[in-house]
Amino acid sequence: MNQLRKSFRELLRYPSAIAGLIIVLALVAISIYALIAIPYNEAIRLWRGGEDVWYMNPKNVPPEWINWFRRNDLPASFLLDSRSEENEDGTVVKETAAVSEDMNQVTITFSFDYPYESYPQELILYMNGSYTEKKPYVAISIITPDGRELRATEMSIDEADTYRFSQDQRLQRRLRGAAPMIGIFSVPDTDPPVPLQGTYQVVLTGFTFEEGSDFDARLVMHGQVAGWAGTDHRRRDLSVALLWGTPLALAFGLLAALGTTVTTMIIAAIGVWFGSWVDELIQRVTEVNLVLPFLPILIMIGTFYSKSIWLMLGATIALSIFGGAIKSYRAIFLQIKESPYIEAARAYGAGNMRIIIFYLVPRIVPLLIPTLVTLIPSYVFLEASLAVLGLGDPVLPTWGKIINDANANGALYMGQYYWVLEPAVLLMITGLAFALLGFAMDRIFNPRLRGV
Amino acid sequence: MSEENQSQPAFQERALARKKVTSTLSRVAKYSAVRLVTLFLTIVVAIFLTIVIANMGGYVDEIRRGEIRETYNQQAAMNPAIRNLSVEERRRWVEERVRLEEHRLGLDKPFMVRTVSYMTNALTLNLGRSMHLTSDSGSRTVRLILLERLPSTLVLFGTANILLFFFDLYVALYLSRRYGSFLDKLFITLAPLNSAPGWFYGIFLILIFAAVFKILPFGGMVDTPPPSSPVLYALSLMKHMILPMLALALSSVFLAVYSQRTFFLIYSSEDYVEMAKAKGLSSRDIERRYILRPTLPTIITNFALGLIGVWTGAPIFETIFQWPGLGRQLFQAIGLYDIPIILGETVIFSYLLAITVFLLDFIYALVDPRVKVGGQGGAPS
Repeated sequence: MNQLRKSFRELLRYPSAIAGLIIVLALVAISIYALIAIPYNEAIRLWRGGEDVWYMNPKNVPPEWINWFRRNDLPASFLLDSRSEENEDGTVVKETAAVSEDMNQVTITFSFDYPYESYPQELILYMNGSYTEKKPYVAISIITPDGRELRATEMSIDEADTYRFSQDQRLQRRLRGAAPMIGIFSVPDTDPPVPLQGTYQVVLTGFTFEEGSDFDARLVMHGQVAGWAGTDHRRRDLSVALLWGTPLALAFGLLAALGTTVTTMIIAAIGVWFGSWVDELIQRVTEVNLVLPFLPILIMIGTFYSKSIWLMLGATIALSIFGGAIKSYRAIFLQIKESPYIEAARAYGAGNMRIIIFYLVPRIVPLLIPTLVTLIPSYVFLEASLAVLGLGDPVLPTWGKIINDANANGALYMGQYYWVLEPAVLLMITGLAFALLGFAMDRIFNPRLRGV
Repeated sequence: MSEENQSQPAFQERALARKKVTSTLSRVAKYSAVRLVTLFLTIVVAIFLTIVIANMGGYVDEIRRGEIRETYNQQAAMNPAIRNLSVEERRRWVEERVRLEEHRLGLDKPFMVRTVSYMTNALTLNLGRSMHLTSDSGSRTVRLILLERLPSTLVLFGTANILLFFFDLYVALYLSRRYGSFLDKLFITLAPLNSAPGWFYGIFLILIFAAVFKILPFGGMVDTPPPSSPVLYALSLMKHMILPMLALALSSVFLAVYSQRTFFLIYSSEDYVEMAKAKGLSSRDIERRYILRPTLPTIITNFALGLIGVWTGAPIFETIFQWPGLGRQLFQAIGLYDIPIILGETVIFSYLLAITVFLLDFIYALVDPRVKVGGQGGAPS
């Protein structure tokens, strides 16, 4: 215990180790936050969800902070809801006036600021009407900052109805053939179109024809940036996968590294202790294992049986137990086996397993710790590799799966760099943190490396 | 043998030396024969395991059975002569054909017998026919498909690894001479970069050099259409190899140089090196004879393990770089669920690994003065 504390104090003398340690702690904090903020089932629901969950997000747009690095901001995405009082991105006013006994006039006015130099992806109205027989009827129009009123459409509202401005052919014709998003948000009669900044209003003027009948609306603008992580081709917010990828990567890396090193060590100890055919058998198995192609076999298991991350973890451990490390452990155990204290243990009648577990193995634990720490990143990257090959866990969101999606959808060709860079940078940081820590530990626990 | 040698009279020495050469040769031959046999047995076991994994619970066999049945059901539906038979007769016709076909393929034999026959097929590279993928010449024979892809893989990884080996060695020696210099510190600082695999750096490199600067291709092996003259072809190939080789280098160079230089430093403080320095030998000679010689075996072992790692990582690396090699073929096969190809790939990779292990074993024995090829133990002669 004292020894450990001493080593730890020594570790703090290395700036790289401190940096590594801080990053690892930060990653652990992120993992804990992710597990608490987005519970397991919620994470899976979000990650597997389609339009119904992610309707408010645009497709394939970079994160919002990209605007910090741009002269002209890209339009942000927002949602205005007539049912909620507070809308941070604009104001919603809903007024109801009685026209006759059964008839009401309902006016919903969405106003929002548009200070951007480019055009949004899409403007959508989601409307919900409540009625028994006669549907509410609305006229939708847009009031531009220079006071023009553009009539969009008139329609009756079901229980759930959607109106997409950019897909309205008649609106396009009224805008003299311009694509609606460009036509609406431009100074009129400019070529090439010049965006018009200012406060826009989307006005819904509707009538209800029954007592108690009403309607509500949500205005969604799909801008060109969204969230703090951007979105993918299925409108999903990448932050879910980035957050949840952290605990998964750490768990996979740590469990695989731990499982492999500990079992390898125990098997090496058993081989050395029993000697003769046990040792010989372990040596032969190691040789066979060296010839077994690791990744192709994992790929085979992934394709034929199951892509579950835990099965992959088990297979990884099983295939790595008899790795090259067994030989170096064996060399060390062979020396330790001859120590007098082992003889003493044998003299007082300690059993074989007792000697292996309590006398042989603890001696090389200090050597094991740096190896274990440096092994973690390689398993983190292995999980990512499998995911990039399309063998990621089918339900869980991981960093590798984001890279896989990005790669499959040609993100690099299309210039959607954020999609690849975000998970890649996280992977890189994780790998580097453990590697820095492991390198420093190696120097402390391996006196031969000290001073060089 | 060495003791005998010293006790011989001087005039017999030349004759003995000749005998020694021939005996060395025969020993080398014997050693390689024994090594080959052991490795072959190792491969047999490895492939046996592979097939057991692939066919656990007769999974692949079930798929093949299903396919056979479907083929004959379709034939029965297409063939007018059979279509007009009664349902019962048609069913009997299909059953009969399926039974014959399963018998022909050995699917009716017990599991162990089947596994052994698959194993012999795999070992003799009799890999059967693919389900979807074809070779460029249109063949469906798995062996042809794979052999067509093998050269591209070998060109990329062979060149990269040979270049890297010598580069590492040279830089490590240089740094061990300039221990503590800025460059030395830089390599130590960058050593943790090896925690990420080559494909990972590949993504970054493609992003920088292909997507942003547009000076190097995104991937592939040669331009499309391939240049017709051999010189242009080679140039185009080299251009496409820059990024993959850079990616492999980034993921391995720094750690390799760091560990090799550390080795050199440890060994250069040995007494016999001091002695050589005192004798006034040139630093070149000291490096070659006194530092490189004893460290080379360890370096080669590490290199071998690295090489095996690279082989194994080929599927993803080639996928990222669209390199038309074995690895990318495997990736495509996964996508199409082409089982014979996946199995064949695994077998081929086993063979590649075994060949690597064999060659390195041999080189190891050549460079390590303490290990005598086929000799008894490590006693110097």
